[in-house]
Amino acid sequence: MSRVFVPRDAFALALGADAVAAALARAGFAVVRTGSRGMAWLEPMIEAETPSGRIAYGPVRAGDVAGLIAAGLATGGTHPLRLGRAEEIPFLAAQTRFTFARCGVVDPASLDDYRAHGGLRGLARALEIGPVATIAEVTTSGLRGRGGAGFPTGIKWKTVADAAGDRKYIVANADEGDSGTFADRMLMEGDPFALIEGMAIAAVAVGASKGYVYTRSEYPHAIAAFARALAAARAGGLLGADMLGSGIGFDIEQRVGAGAYICGEETSLLDSLEGKRGQVRAKPPLPAIKGLFGRPTVVNNVISLASVPFILAEGARAYHDVGFGRSRGTMPIQLAGNIRHGGLFEAGFGLTLGEIVHDIGGGTASGRKVRAVQVGGPLGAYFPEALFDTPFDYEAFAAKDGLIGHGGVVVFDDTVDMARQARFAMEFCAAESCGKCTPCRIGSVRGMEVMEQILAGRDVDANLQLIRDLCETMKFGSLCALGGFIPYPVLSALTHFPEDFRRPALAAE
Amino acid sequence: MEPAAPWSPERAASIISAHVGEEGALLPILHALQEAFGHIPRAAVPLVAEALNLTRAEVHGVVSFYHEFRATPPGRHVLRLCRAEACQAMGAEAVHDAVHRRLGVGWHETTADGAVTVEPVFCLGLCAVAPSGMLDGAPLGRLDAAGLAATLDLAR
Repeated sequence: MSRVFVPRDAFALALGADAVAAALARAGFAVVRTGSRGMAWLEPMIEAETPSGRIAYGPVRAGDVAGLIAAGLATGGTHPLRLGRAEEIPFLAAQTRFTFARCGVVDPASLDDYRAHGGLRGLARALEIGPVATIAEVTTSGLRGRGGAGFPTGIKWKTVADAAGDRKYIVANADEGDSGTFADRMLMEGDPFALIEGMAIAAVAVGASKGYVYTRSEYPHAIAAFARALAAARAGGLLGADMLGSGIGFDIEQRVGAGAYICGEETSLLDSLEGKRGQVRAKPPLPAIKGLFGRPTVVNNVISLASVPFILAEGARAYHDVGFGRSRGTMPIQLAGNIRHGGLFEAGFGLTLGEIVHDIGGGTASGRKVRAVQVGGPLGAYFPEALFDTPFDYEAFAAKDGLIGHGGVVVFDDTVDMARQARFAMEFCAAESCGKCTPCRIGSVRGMEVMEQILAGRDVDANLQLIRDLCETMKFGSLCALGGFIPYPVLSALTHFPEDFRRPALAAE
Repeated sequence: MEPAAPWSPERAASIISAHVGEEGALLPILHALQEAFGHIPRAAVPLVAEALNLTRAEVHGVVSFYHEFRATPPGRHVLRLCRAEACQAMGAEAVHDAVHRRLGVGWHETTADGAVTVEPVFCLGLCAVAPSGMLDGAPLGRLDAAGLAATLDLAR
């Protein structure tokens, strides 16, 4: 019986992959459900196992299945939807896949498959070299927090390792709320054991006995895929009282958020895990010293943790050799919004924004001119084409009053109204503010009101001055990055697209 | 979608007791209650407070903090539509306006026949197949007004 791989990633499901899988199964194929390779415009992209490798076809609709079979799907036959060997598709061939090497390839529910594709070698090495050398390896790799803050992961781990505590925790932040990002979701749906292995390595390194994964409720498929992987990891002895026969006990529990963007901020995530309102804590104390339930806690983004197995298995040098400036290793860049070739592109840091949008992303989906690109989610700046020479790197984006955040790149064409985008940023902040600090709670509501005045063309000069003042206050007076960074989209829109803010006064009210 | 069960203090008590020993049990309990009853019934709040040694105000504070917990039962189907930037860039707002007009409801409202509740959401992680949504947990990509109308007619 021929095997065919059909993604169960949410991108593929949103475009009808279940019906494709059912049609293939009815026709007698052995269907293996995988994650996505990350080429969203080709989803559902199926792959037939043939003597000459896995041959991809896409985008496939259920109605195409009969024709594909008639064309010789099982042996990689010619068909208008045939894409050739998956790894040779230019979008994939141009990537450096360290963290996402297995995503879209393996059966995400099978620990054996994970092992057969190189999994668990990193954990084996960590157990062999011990905690001190493991932390040194992560530090040497130059890995920085992929959630957006870019803090060196090895230094965070060392702080937790050195902190005294009767219990320590590893918390994976899977509250991926930034629009334009889906790397955590894709990894949890496509290669969840990489996250489990990364957390297990962290546990060995800092001496933690319990891990939590805090997954946002908007990701039901990631929640289900990760739950299946957790069950397989326990059954396979990867988690539990005696991890892989090492004598070390470590287990992971998945918890589900409830639709609060702010819970992606690490301290409010911890409060939410403790069963409270997800409100931001003042720092210090750092979560590394007093985190979950007051105990020393590693809080890392999903991608940071999932990058660690490669670093341990292949060595810090292999990871550090790729990258740009102080941004070492790879970043899963997520191409989203109005873009022709949307999806996930893992590459070393240093590509320019223009290369990402035009060469890799193929420009807009609408075929119109690119006008603005928001990088780093709802707290990220809008970049005009004039800044497309900016390299994708933490420092280079900061130098242009922007941020790379979690790696989301949202493209807008020339129909976008940047004053309305600025108003939306304030509206979003008002809806999602946790309410703990005044600049964010009150400032965002006032910001929305002032933007509405500007949109209506009332006292534009005075109101523009007011919005700049307000952004200053929010930037320097807020407790966390929500109120502190929402000025980025607002001020960048104002700075780079001032013409959108000069509106004629609306007629009679 | 699994129809929501009518309120039952016994069922609520058994849901609560299944989680009460966990670390930070409140969110898991609230999720389980909402899954069973379709919302968090007011009558459940004192039961939860009692079991976790919290005040009713504290429990209410948590329920009302999170967008996802509902105070009233939803319609037979829940349609969630993404309002975030990547979907805006692909014309989501026009699709949303068309849905509101067609169903005669705004955000967080349920059609008069109790069939569909429309809820906004900020990002479903489907940003490369925007505009996106979710109908009873099933993801929807590249939405347009006509396609979504057909999907809704089929569901109703």
